Amino acid sequence: MSLPAFAELLERLVFTPGRNAKLALLRGWFQAQPDPDRGIGLAALTEELKFSAAKPAMVRELVAGRVDQVLLALSHDYVGDFAETVALIWPVREGVNAPPPTLAEVVEALETTPKAELPALIAGWLDTLDATGRFALIKLVTGGLRVGVSARLARVALAEWSGQPVADIEEIWHGIAPPYLPIFRWLEGQAERPDPLDTPVFRPLMLAHPLEDSDIAALEPAAWRAEWKWDGIRVQLVSGPGGRRLWSRGGEDVSGAFPEITAAMDFHGVLDGELLVVRDGVVAPFADLQQRLNRKTVGAKLQKDHPAGVRLYDLLFDGTEDLRALPFDERRLRLEAFVAREQPRRMDLSVQIAFASMPQLAEVRAGARAASIEGLMLKRGDSPYVAGRVKGLWWKWKRDPLSVDAVLMYAQRGHGKRSSFYSDYTFGLWRPDGQGGEELVPIGKAYSGYTDEELAWLDKWIRAHTTARFGPVREVEKELVLEVVFDAAQLSGRHKSGVALRFPRIERIRRDKPASEADRLDNLMSTIAAPPPAA
Amino acid sequence: MAIGAPHPETWLKVTPAGLYCEPGGFYVDPVRAVERAVISHGHADHARPGHGAVLGTAATLAIMAARMGAGRIGVPQALRYGEVLEIGGVRLWLAPAGHVLGSAQVCLEWRGSRAVVSGDYKRQRDPSCAPFLVTPCDVFVTEATFALPVFRHPSPEGEVAKLLRSVALFPERTHVVGCYALGKCQRLIMLLREAGWDRPIYLHGAQQKLCTLYEELGVKLGLLPGATVANKSEMVGGIVLAPPSAVQDRWARRLSDPVVVAASGWMRVRQRAKMGGVELPLVISDHADWDDLNRTIDEVGAPEVWVTHGRDDALVHAMAQRGIRGRALHLVGLGEEDEAEPAPDDAAVPA
Ligand SMILES: [Zn+2]
Ligand SMILES: [Zn+2]
Repeated sequence: MSLPAFAELLERLVFTPGRNAKLALLRGWFQAQPDPDRGIGLAALTEELKFSAAKPAMVRELVAGRVDQVLLALSHDYVGDFAETVALIWPVREGVNAPPPTLAEVVEALETTPKAELPALIAGWLDTLDATGRFALIKLVTGGLRVGVSARLARVALAEWSGQPVADIEEIWHGIAPPYLPIFRWLEGQAERPDPLDTPVFRPLMLAHPLEDSDIAALEPAAWRAEWKWDGIRVQLVSGPGGRRLWSRGGEDVSGAFPEITAAMDFHGVLDGELLVVRDGVVAPFADLQQRLNRKTVGAKLQKDHPAGVRLYDLLFDGTEDLRALPFDERRLRLEAFVAREQPRRMDLSVQIAFASMPQLAEVRAGARAASIEGLMLKRGDSPYVAGRVKGLWWKWKRDPLSVDAVLMYAQRGHGKRSSFYSDYTFGLWRPDGQGGEELVPIGKAYSGYTDEELAWLDKWIRAHTTARFGPVREVEKELVLEVVFDAAQLSGRHKSGVALRFPRIERIRRDKPASEADRLDNLMSTIAAPPPAA
Repeated sequence: MAIGAPHPETWLKVTPAGLYCEPGGFYVDPVRAVERAVISHGHADHARPGHGAVLGTAATLAIMAARMGAGRIGVPQALRYGEVLEIGGVRLWLAPAGHVLGSAQVCLEWRGSRAVVSGDYKRQRDPSCAPFLVTPCDVFVTEATFALPVFRHPSPEGEVAKLLRSVALFPERTHVVGCYALGKCQRLIMLLREAGWDRPIYLHGAQQKLCTLYEELGVKLGLLPGATVANKSEMVGGIVLAPPSAVQDRWARRLSDPVVVAASGWMRVRQRAKMGGVELPLVISDHADWDDLNRTIDEVGAPEVWVTHGRDDALVHAMAQRGIRGRALHLVGLGEEDEAEPAPDDAAVPA
């Protein structure tokens, strides 16, 4: 019964907006399913297991052989998605009483069946399934399973289900292949934790707490080290005889998207750093890095136009020597020696910023306006490298946000607990309309920052001032001014306004301000910083 | 059809007010107020106020009176299933349609030619009403709400089991099921009772009146406290039934961390469920699906089938391949209640 059960899990995950609910669904899956199916299902969800044996064209041919062409066309036109159309329209065959396949059977058969026999195999499976099961099977065999379950979320669910710390699971995760039998044996208390040996596994990163104003006074400058907090993505570089991997902060393997980085990892060790797009030593805005993300492979032109580099923060392993228990200052010396010795291409050291007092450091922080700098990192000189967010060891001290007074243009319903509220807001600024007047152009979308009271007030205002509806979206009268704060503004060719905001959120509702006095797009453009200084 | 009998199109006509039986002088499910109306069932798109005289099953008349007030339905005349009446030479009787309590097919015979107007119908089991009865005829007038081969409803028992699995998986949340007040709501309650759910089922105020009426008409539904007066904590781990427009709106804020559920044939298509913000779609419909529409057409054996409302293109195409003549009537005003295609956004409901 495992494919129908997997199909139901898949359907629920797709429709469930809440993280906690997703975790509950995954825990239920681990609890109820036998090996190896639960591990195969898990790998399929997180896309560690992907099939490409069957092409969509094969499915197209299969259904064309069984369904009237006119009815198929009308149905496809109505449903939109072809795989879903096939799943729904597939005619039931009288007299089929074979049980549906298990996930393990599907995986094994896909690997061993000659290409010519695949269509008959898949058609036979479709005959045993209901519509939900057929949809899951088609998505699975054509490699189109996109459910939005990250590997990180799956591991948190495993931790909650088993009671083992998520860091302990993450550390061995990549050393063991699907269906993860040794991991499940360990999590169920039937075996010791498996040893990944020298495979390039991910070690959970050390994270920082946001520094509040009230925390600053307690900081003794001599005990702390300061560095820039770069606006890229945190990565872990693992390289050794067992292979090379570039891991994201959440433990996703991003090696494939940055081949020039893995090619430069001619060392044996584990490093922590910030992945950035760097041109001639200058860090580009985050939007440039975004062009390189979420790609399994990457072409030569993209690598040339958006060259990646890593700014190194920390050294976790030097060869096989685990340095994580050492104080930060000692690890820093080892990192400097490591870089001097290995001289890795495309990598440089994160600069330490000297300071004598907190007010002096605050001035340095206020002076940084480059879009590629988010603020400062403060690390205690004696801090060991520990997984997760341990309070009092590392602080992130983001610079003060920028702000703009914008006009509310559209509102959309939220998800989960917020589904009855209009909680996602698209806002815009004024610009000349080319005919002597002015028009609003949307510059961003925010769905946080407000209090519960403000949300309730906004929801009511939106319902009372709706001018048009498009599905879950309402267009409103252009009357309400919102003060929106954001971390940086960047030029963007993909947005109608030509600008993209980083982390916009609603700071306050400006009921006192008429819409005509909201900001002009020009004002915002003029604040966008010139390229940041070389580090 | 007897040799020499008149073709039904000569005596059963499409008019702006709806289907009109000329020799009998009455309309079937007219969309505007008329002198004499025969009503297939109590959904608002079929049963409208202001007629001079109305004929239907006793349950349908009671539902109409409860919904619009006894004074607004016209002079009522109740007919039992199978009881035959002669009006102006037309023989008329009602046959169960399996759609909602009291729902009927209107069977008409004139000079040896017989037409059956299905109203809305389904063939799936429904413990809250009498099952559909096949009546052979010369012209079958069918609905076509789900007349595309992608609509094949799974067993409602399986869908209810899915709901109960979810209730067990999320004991700290409240499941709120969007369902129509007439028919779907009571069918769901009975399916839940059959599946062993004997705890109270909480009702939105809009569902209460018809549930009370069903009980009065002999359909046992169990304990149904009002959700509006119940306190939030009492409904945790429980099931609430509400109109589709309320489950996502301000009304639902009284529930704790609600799981939004919808029970409708449209839930078969993922984009539909997604657009409505539904977390648990259940495919439970009170209309015949594609297979049952075609099976019914074959079973009544009519050489000609008229399609009143819904999608006619696919059905007419499929019938043509079997030598059945299909005719789209394009009746306006039908398909606006129960499982009419959902609007892009529901209207705001008073809190
Ligand atoms: Zn109806
Ligand atoms: Zn109807």
